[in-house]
Amino acid sequence: MIEPRLDNRPCGGKYADIVAAIGHTPLVELRRLSPKPGVRIYAKLESYNPTGSVKDRVAKAMIEDAESRGAIRPGQTILEPTSGNTGISLGMICSRKGYPLKVVMPDNVTEERTQLLRMYGAEIVYSPGAQGSNGAVARALEMAEADPSYYMPYQYGNQANPLAHYNGTAVEILEELDDVAAFVGGLGTGGTLMGCARRLKEENADIQIVAAEPLQGELVQGLRSLEDGYIPPILDLSLLDRKIFVSNRDAVVWTKKLLADEGMFAGVSSGAVASIAVRVAAELDEGNVVFVVPDDGWKYLSSGVYTKSLEELEGSLESASFW
Amino acid sequence: MSTVKIPPVLRSSTGGEKEIAADGSNVGEVLRELASQHPDTERQLFAEDGQLNRYVNVYLNDEDVRVLQDLETPVRPTDTLVILPAMAGG
Repeated sequence: MIEPRLDNRPCGGKYADIVAAIGHTPLVELRRLSPKPGVRIYAKLESYNPTGSVKDRVAKAMIEDAESRGAIRPGQTILEPTSGNTGISLGMICSRKGYPLKVVMPDNVTEERTQLLRMYGAEIVYSPGAQGSNGAVARALEMAEADPSYYMPYQYGNQANPLAHYNGTAVEILEELDDVAAFVGGLGTGGTLMGCARRLKEENADIQIVAAEPLQGELVQGLRSLEDGYIPPILDLSLLDRKIFVSNRDAVVWTKKLLADEGMFAGVSSGAVASIAVRVAAELDEGNVVFVVPDDGWKYLSSGVYTKSLEELEGSLESASFW
Repeated sequence: MSTVKIPPVLRSSTGGEKEIAADGSNVGEVLRELASQHPDTERQLFAEDGQLNRYVNVYLNDEDVRVLQDLETPVRPTDTLVILPAMAGG
């Protein structure tokens, strides 16, 4: 066979800048995790976004939406509660666009999240880790109410969050697969699940939408009462077919399994989501199961998840915050 | 009898107990049995209309009952109900 000629083509400049490179992430089949012939499992690698997480989509959508509505003034300080990834994404985008950024984050997240936020120039306000993200949300809301000079995108209540997935993540999945039997996403703010659920069910109302949510360790459930609980305003349970919690321990087991079986270096929430995706896959006779890998493992290296045994990690899992 | 796991935030209402055994054929019956054993839990678990309070999540083993059949979700004696506060992610 004669090999086709390789023309020397100049770089086409597909992406005008780093923000334009957000999205269009790979969808990878995980054949070794498939429980049976005829059921195929696919991972949407959101770690391929510029700052390494799915939140790049959300941060871009929220800021661009605010700009289009005239809700942000040039140079205005952006304030946002985050467990890390949204803050990091906002850090990159805000630094490109000239908005100072202040984030409120639990103090028990991994050191890498702090370093990445500082790298992008964000100011960090820590909330008590024992209160989890509930504490960060409460603190950020107090700060926003006290100082109207801030603009808070508020990922938990901002429809631009799920819309980023309705218009992006879900569309990309549908472009690559002829059919989807089930979609599994991690439940944090609810954005991925709500946006993908709406778009996927428009295509096929029978698609099963399954949420994998973190079972917070008792050491990060530091609420005074159940009334201190928090439900993201964008979350609509009627769009979910199932909602299943995953312990930190199981999340770590499956994160290690993704690495060992599929060569995938994913973040710990990805392990949690994968465990539920495989469970759902095992219940099907045939079909494609898609799950989202929210980020890769770089931010969790210091936790020892990838190099220590479960026994060595046991003591730290109750107080860890991986989502 | 089913087992009900009590979150830290509710244990002061159960005398410090982390797990309670309670009878019932569905989630609602098991939780009302819990409330009859520990009356201080009732107003925390249930709203005035008898439904689950907004910020209370109840799981049948590991599945949120609100996405199953809510308080009508059937429960077997070997099942575990897990009560958890609503915690944010993100």
